[in-house]
Amino acid sequence: MPIFLEYFNLGAAFFIIVCMVLMLGRLLGGPTLYDRLLAVNSFGTKTIIFLCIFCFIIDRPDGLDIALLYALMNFIATIAVLKFFNYRCLGVSLIKEQMEAEE
Amino acid sequence: MMLSSYAVAPTIILDLALMAILIIVAFSIVRMRSLFAIVMLQGVYSLVSAAWFVSLDAVDVAFTEAAVGAGVSTVLMLAAMLLANRKSDPVPISKQIAPLLVVIVAGLAMFYAIGDMPAFGDVNSPANTGVGMDYIERTTKEIHIPNVVTAVLASYRGYDTFGEAVVIFSAGLGVLLLLGLNGNAGRWTASPSGQHTYPPMAPSANSRLRSSRDNIKSVTSSAVKKTSVSTARKSKKKRFKDKGDN
Repeated sequence: MPIFLEYFNLGAAFFIIVCMVLMLGRLLGGPTLYDRLLAVNSFGTKTIIFLCIFCFIIDRPDGLDIALLYALMNFIATIAVLKFFNYRCLGVSLIKEQMEAEE
Repeated sequence: MMLSSYAVAPTIILDLALMAILIIVAFSIVRMRSLFAIVMLQGVYSLVSAAWFVSLDAVDVAFTEAAVGAGVSTVLMLAAMLLANRKSDPVPISKQIAPLLVVIVAGLAMFYAIGDMPAFGDVNSPANTGVGMDYIERTTKEIHIPNVVTAVLASYRGYDTFGEAVVIFSAGLGVLLLLGLNGNAGRWTASPSGQHTYPPMAPSANSRLRSSRDNIKSVTSSAVKKTSVSTARKSKKKRFKDKGDN
């Protein structure tokens, strides 16, 4: 790997950590819950990118699998939180849907 | 690899930055009062710590942390938040002194124990002289898996892992039964702003019965409304149809 690319990767990783800190500030101070939700989602995305870059820094592409797993987990967590917002509980009754299906 | 030619690896800057983020998140989890934000912060904590594990070359641990910490525990904490009481009295400072002393003493004991640990990468340490080397030598010959940790977990200690899986499955089942992710549909609700839960405390048998009865009542009333609306709509459609036929 050329030396320029190494420094570029390091700089990019550090810049992403700076972005993480910015998102953390929004997460801590965010006035509404939706701000926090968006901040967490964005934080997860930045973690995924950080992992991808870090794998190339240490020359071990195994970490890309973890980045994939992160992407899936981030999605599941966001869906769970949004369901919580929408229905106010995680176990949503299917009575409404059944009635609509029967109509 | 050119980065290893430096005296101190430049990635240590990234490690330190991740550690700083972890400390900030941990302190804000302790200091914050909004339960929802704390659940979100716990997800962030496990995300960052898994990234840190990757930078420490512990890829398997990072995998577990990502699966359990970031994914499942966020959902479980949200479900637990629905059952928890949102308001509590502040703990007086006189009651906080004894736990603080216990924590300080335990932390000092751990720092004292660091001196007995083998040096990092020591060839003569128990981890590098005992069965560990044996596993490393025999894994590729016997099991043909490049990852030694996976080989030990899935093959050499297969029965042990099977027992662990049974334990974790039953624990997960117990948690699901306690939280009622599916069974308590609509019985316990909470507003995300954390103002009111219904019922406000962990449900006793009476309140549970009452709430379920209320729930049934409301469902039936809404069902009645809905059917009446739909019949009205249908009759309207019928009328239109009749007009068209005429």
